[in-house]
Amino acid sequence: MKKTQLIITFTFLIFIFVTLYFSLDNRKIYNTENIVGKEIEEVELTLFHSNKKFNTKEVSNYNFTLFNFWASWCAPCRKEHKNLIKLSKNKNLKIIGVNFKDNKIQAKEFLQEMGDPFFILTTDPQGKQSVNFGVYGIPETILVNRDLKILKKYIGPLDFKDVNEIKKIINQ
Amino acid sequence: MLSNLGITFSSISLLVSLFLIHLSFIELKVSGDQISKKIYKFSLVQLIFSLLSFLILLIGYVFSDFSIINVYENSHTSKPLFYKISGTWGNHEGSLLLWINILVIFSFLFLTLNKNKNKNFKIFTLIFQNLLISVFFVFLLTNSNPFSPVFPVPNQGLGLNPILQDPALAIHPPLLYVGFVGSSIYFSAALAALISKVEAKSLAITLKPWISISWFFQTIGILVGSIWAYYELGWGGYWFWDPVENSSLMPWFLMTALLHSVLVLERRIGLYSWVIVLSILTFTMSVVGTFLVRSGILNSVHTFANDPSRGLFILIFLVLMVFSSIFIFFKYAPSERKNYRIFSKEFFILINNWFMAFFLAVVLIGTLYPVFLDTLIGEKISIGPPYYNFVLAPFLIPLLFLMTSGPKQKWVSSEIKKFFDIILFLSVFLFLIIFFLIKTNNFLINLILLFSIYLIIQTMFDFYENLKKRDINLSRIISHFGFGLLIFFISINHLFSIESNFNVRVGEKKNIKNYVIKFENLETLSGTNYDSVVGYFEILNKKKLIKENLKPEIRVYNQPQTITYEASINSNLFSDTYLTMSNISDSDIFNIKFQKKPFMNFIWLSVLLISCGGILNLFNRKKET
Repeated sequence: MKKTQLIITFTFLIFIFVTLYFSLDNRKIYNTENIVGKEIEEVELTLFHSNKKFNTKEVSNYNFTLFNFWASWCAPCRKEHKNLIKLSKNKNLKIIGVNFKDNKIQAKEFLQEMGDPFFILTTDPQGKQSVNFGVYGIPETILVNRDLKILKKYIGPLDFKDVNEIKKIINQ
Repeated sequence: MLSNLGITFSSISLLVSLFLIHLSFIELKVSGDQISKKIYKFSLVQLIFSLLSFLILLIGYVFSDFSIINVYENSHTSKPLFYKISGTWGNHEGSLLLWINILVIFSFLFLTLNKNKNKNFKIFTLIFQNLLISVFFVFLLTNSNPFSPVFPVPNQGLGLNPILQDPALAIHPPLLYVGFVGSSIYFSAALAALISKVEAKSLAITLKPWISISWFFQTIGILVGSIWAYYELGWGGYWFWDPVENSSLMPWFLMTALLHSVLVLERRIGLYSWVIVLSILTFTMSVVGTFLVRSGILNSVHTFANDPSRGLFILIFLVLMVFSSIFIFFKYAPSERKNYRIFSKEFFILINNWFMAFFLAVVLIGTLYPVFLDTLIGEKISIGPPYYNFVLAPFLIPLLFLMTSGPKQKWVSSEIKKFFDIILFLSVFLFLIIFFLIKTNNFLINLILLFSIYLIIQTMFDFYENLKKRDINLSRIISHFGFGLLIFFISINHLFSIESNFNVRVGEKKNIKNYVIKFENLETLSGTNYDSVVGYFEILNKKKLIKENLKPEIRVYNQPQTITYEASINSNLFSDTYLTMSNISDSDIFNIKFQKKPFMNFIWLSVLLISCGGILNLFNRKKET
C-alpha cells in the first residue's frame, strides 16, 4: 500500500518536474540565433543626423555590412567600441550603427569621446525597429553579405576573437 | 571596493553556514540537553555577516556606486533616496540577498528563542535551515551575484522602472518575503520533528508563533501588492488572478490551513502527520512560486529578466528538496489513529483544510495549465478571472457557513447546536433590506451576501457571548469577522462598479449613468525625473449634485524613458472615483477610462482586520473548552 502510494507520488512529481524543465527551454520567441543564414528583413531606419531614411536592402551595395546596436548608457558597448574602430578601417566592410533607446546628446558626446566608426548612423529611440533584427538587448552585432544573407550574429560585446573572425570572413 | 567587500561577506556567511552544519552533526553525538555555546556564537557570526552583505548593497544603492553592475542596471543618481533604498530589493539579485537574510534571521531567532526545547529537534532544524541557506548562497554567488563589478565604471545608471517607484511597492517585497521565506523555518522544524520524534503538543506550541508571524506578513504583503496594483497599474482593479499574484496566494492557502490545523495539534494529538505535510508543502509552494516568477516562464507584470539558468537552478533545488522531504516523511512518519467524531471541532477544521486544498488546487491548475499546455502540445491559452470566479465563488457559500458554525463546536463532542437561531433570522432580515435596496437577480451573489452577513452577525454575537464569559478568542473573532466583511464588500463592489471607456477632446462633456464628466483643461508640467501632461476633469453627480475634480496624468520618465499613465483617484469613505487618461497619437483626442468603485477602503480594511486577527494568535495561549 505504502509502496503504491510512493510510486504514484513519484511518477506524478517526475512528470511535473520534467514538464517544467522543458518549459524553461520553450521560449522560442526570445531565441534569435536562428536568424543566422536567413535574409535580413526589410526595415526602414531613421538616420541619426537627419530625418532621412535608410532601407536595409541598400546593404546590397556593399561587400559586407556590420549592423551594430549600441547606446551611450551601455557599459559593454564602451568596451567593444575600440574593436569597432579597428574594423572600420577595413575597406571591405561598412559598419552601420543603430543607436538603441538612447538620448541624442549623450550619444553624440559618446562618439566625440570614443571616436566614430560608423559609415552610416541610424537611430531607434524606442527600440522597436531593432526587434526586426531579433535584438532585445545591446550590444548586438550582425554581419550581412552582399546577398542580404545574415552570416553571423554576436550577442554581447565584440571581443578580440570576434574581430579576427569577422576579418577572416570579409577578407576571403 | 564595495563589490569585493560584498562578495567577501557573503562568502564568509556561506562558509559559516557550512561550518554550522558540520558543528551541528558533531553536536548530535554529544550527550546533554544544552546546545554548546559555540553554535550560538557561530549563528551570530553568520547573522552579522549576512546582514553586512545586505548593508553593503544598500550602501551601493544609496551612494549610487555604479561600479556594481546591479546598482548600475537598477538605479540612477536623480532617483529619490527612498526609491534608491527600495531599489536594493527591486531586482532579482538584490531580492535574492534579502531572501537569504530572512532565512538567516529566522534561523537565528528560532535557535535563540526556543532555549528550552528538545536539543536534537533544534539541532536538526538548524541543519535543515542551514542547508537551505547554503544552497541559496551558492546560487547567489555563482549565478545571481548582486555584487558583480562593471568596468569601465559608467557615470550614470539605467534607472528603476518608474512603475516600481511607488511607496506601496517599495515595502511589498520585504513583507511578502518575511511571509513565504519565513515559512522555511517550519519546513525545517517539521522535518527535524520527524527525525527527532518530537511529541505533538510540543511541536504545535513551537510552530504556532512562526506560522502566525509568516501568515500575518504574507497577508499584509498581498494586501499591499493589491493596493499598489489598484493605485499604480491604472487598470482599476485590485486582483487580476495574474500568475504571480497567484504564486503569493498559493502558499497563503496552505498557511491558512496550517494555522487552523496547528490548533488541533495543540489541544489534541490529532493531525500530527498532516501538520508536518502542510509545513513542508507551504515552503515548497513558496519555492514553486519563486521558480515561476524568476525563471520567466510566466508572462506578467512581475517577470524579472529572462534567464533560463536561474530557473534551472531553482528547479534542481526544488526537485532535491521535494524528493528528500518525501523520503524523510515516508521513513519517519508515525502511524496515527484517525477517528474524528463528526461535528467536533477538529472535523470542522479538517473541512477548512479541504476548502483550502480545493482553492489551492484551482489556483495551481489555473496558473500551471497554460505553461504545461504550451510545453506539451504547443498551444497557447490564457486563463483569466472568469475561470477563477466561476469555479471559486460558489464554494464561498459553504465556507462562510462553516466559518460560523465550526468555531462554536466543542473540541471533543458531536452535539449539534441549533443553527437556525435568532442570528439567522437577523441575517435574513438584514439581507432582505439590502436585497430590496440593490435589487440584483444574480442568485449566487445573493447567497454569498446572505451568508457573509450571517458570518458577520454570528461573530459579533460570539464576541458578545465571550465577553460575558470573560474568555475572548479575539484572534479568531477578528479574522472571521474581517473575512465576512471582505466577501460582503467585494460582492457589493462587484455589483456596483461602473466602468466606461470613451474618447473626448478638451472642453467636451460626456454623460455616463448619473455622472457628467467634463474635460476642462490640459497642462504640461515638469517633475524631478519626468515630464507630464495633466488633464483637469470635473465630475458631477447629477443625483446628489456633488462635484469632484480629478487630474489624471500621462508621465514621461527620462531614466529609463518610459510612459506611465497615472490614475487620478478620489477616495472617499464609501466610494472611489477613478480616472485614467491616455493620448491617441497624432490627434487631440484623449481616451478616458472612468470608474466608480464603491467600498474600496472597506475592502482594504477588511484584509487588515483578517491579518490583525492572525497576529493576535501569537498572544492567544488560553485554553478553549
